[in-house]
Amino acid sequence: MKRKLEEQFFKFLMILCTLSISGILLMIIWTITSKGAGSLTWDIVSKIPEGGFYIGKGGGILNAIIGSIYITIGATILGLLVSIPVVLYINVYAKKNSWLATTTRLTSDILFGIPSIVYGAFGFTIMIYFGLKTSLLAGTITVTLLVIPILVRTMDEVFRVVPEDIGNAVYSLGGTRWETAKIMIRQCVPGIITAILLSFGRAIGDAACVLFTAGYTDSIPTSLDQPTATLPLAIFFQLSSPIEEVQNRAYAAALILTIIVLIISFTAKYFSKKLSKNKI
Amino acid sequence: MTTEKPHISVKNLNVHIDGNHILKNISIDIPDKKVTSFIGPSGCGKTTLLKTFNRLLDRQGNVEITGQVLVDGEDLYSPDTEVTHIRKKMGLLSQRPFPLPMNIYDNVAYGARIHGQRDKKELDRIVEHYLRGVSLWDEVKDRLKDPATRLSIGQQQRLCLARGLAVEPEIILGDEPTSALDPVSTQRIEELFLELKDKYTLVLVTHILRQARRVSDYIVFIYMGEIIEFGTTEEVLLNPREKLTKDYVKGYIS
Ligand SMILES: Nc1ncnc2c1ncn2[C@@H]1O[C@H](COP(=O)(O)OP(=O)(O)O)[C@@H](O)[C@H]1O
Ligand SMILES: [Mg+2]
Repeated sequence: MKRKLEEQFFKFLMILCTLSISGILLMIIWTITSKGAGSLTWDIVSKIPEGGFYIGKGGGILNAIIGSIYITIGATILGLLVSIPVVLYINVYAKKNSWLATTTRLTSDILFGIPSIVYGAFGFTIMIYFGLKTSLLAGTITVTLLVIPILVRTMDEVFRVVPEDIGNAVYSLGGTRWETAKIMIRQCVPGIITAILLSFGRAIGDAACVLFTAGYTDSIPTSLDQPTATLPLAIFFQLSSPIEEVQNRAYAAALILTIIVLIISFTAKYFSKKLSKNKI
Repeated sequence: MTTEKPHISVKNLNVHIDGNHILKNISIDIPDKKVTSFIGPSGCGKTTLLKTFNRLLDRQGNVEITGQVLVDGEDLYSPDTEVTHIRKKMGLLSQRPFPLPMNIYDNVAYGARIHGQRDKKELDRIVEHYLRGVSLWDEVKDRLKDPATRLSIGQQQRLCLARGLAVEPEIILGDEPTSALDPVSTQRIEELFLELKDKYTLVLVTHILRQARRVSDYIVFIYMGEIIEFGTTEEVLLNPREKLTKDYVKGYIS
């Protein structure tokens, strides 16, 4: 009897915890929607701030939307350019459990755990060192540093579990390591997409990295050396305002950010499902 | 031991993995255009020996290989041997089929393509020829653009064989190639092996004695990294000289 009760109790507890995950998501969406939806006008997404925007007058946050998209796409592309060769090297070129591969995995694990404010501070230091101002370029580079370990780790997870026999099949057909690498990439397309999605989500939402490096401005950047606004900072600055209308705009910005992340999420899921069905 | 011309000649081969002596003083001549089977209890080193033939073994870290493996008189482990050239000479069938992540046609055409064949007509010819060779053509000719993974496991294994044959190897290595297959598919693969031995040298790892008996001309019995006995199928299975072989064949050790 007691054991049965115990069993029931823990089952109840687990279901409660499981449901609370969805509950948290719903509450977040509810909060930002209820507070932000009213301010989510066409103007907000299509205009840059006009004079007096921050005390509740007209305009929008197109500057931050564009800035965030620039930085996120730029950082994800740069991040891939670095992390794909790393992942291919440790999975195809290096011998199994080689010294360099082990060290690389350990390093990316450590980098993965470093808080983004540290990347922000580090980015700021190199920015000063190279004599750069706060700019699109400096922000993108800093966010790139943030996403590289995410990309390396997530892609490595999928490359590692590709059966050795796939590589052996290519080798025994007389293929080179480069040909094997290409087959591995094809085999891992769904995993690569997941990695890109994760890095995209992290990059677009991170405030600490861009705080000291990208700056903030009301105009849309037209070159890499100009500062740029970003969505997380648009939320941050407006939320600290005492004016309610401005605060609501912060929630509208949060809503936009969440919608972008959701769209990316679902398209990525869709494509990775479709691709894995067709190819693998 | 045999009077036939050896295709692969192994001389004093020793393999250490992670400091463990896995293959001990292996010397053997594998005859040309015959089926030679490696039998022995699991973990005795059959796969390891097979992998030394196409140099897939030295891709792993911590492997130390000494001795010689000569293919057509050329030493695989001499520094000036070109590995991709050696591997092209040998087709490999693994325990489970691993089609490449692409469609049926591209799987068979893959080898020809990486070796420079670009001509569409010629590729069509190659694909049809080798798919017919493994009697898969009639089953797949209407869905060549389907992903290879849609095929049944048995079909996939025949596809992998076709893919290997399409690079025109001289030797086919099979590492328990039927262990994942149903009896019917197993039988088809065995029949293919018997057809193929006119043109190719076949080296087969198997743990099924009946299979070894059905398909092989020669049998090598390996036990704990050593070759215990090597002879014709009748000699080894029916009249083993060594007590260990006798015990294994009778099923006392497995
Ligand atoms: N990558 C490896 N690392 C460590 N030990 C290995 C490795 N590959 C094989 N071995 C060892 O070598 C021995 C022979 O393995 P294997 O050739 O796979 O045997 P078989 O194919 O006859 O079952 C086993 O004892 C196995 O543990
Ligand atoms: Mg084995």
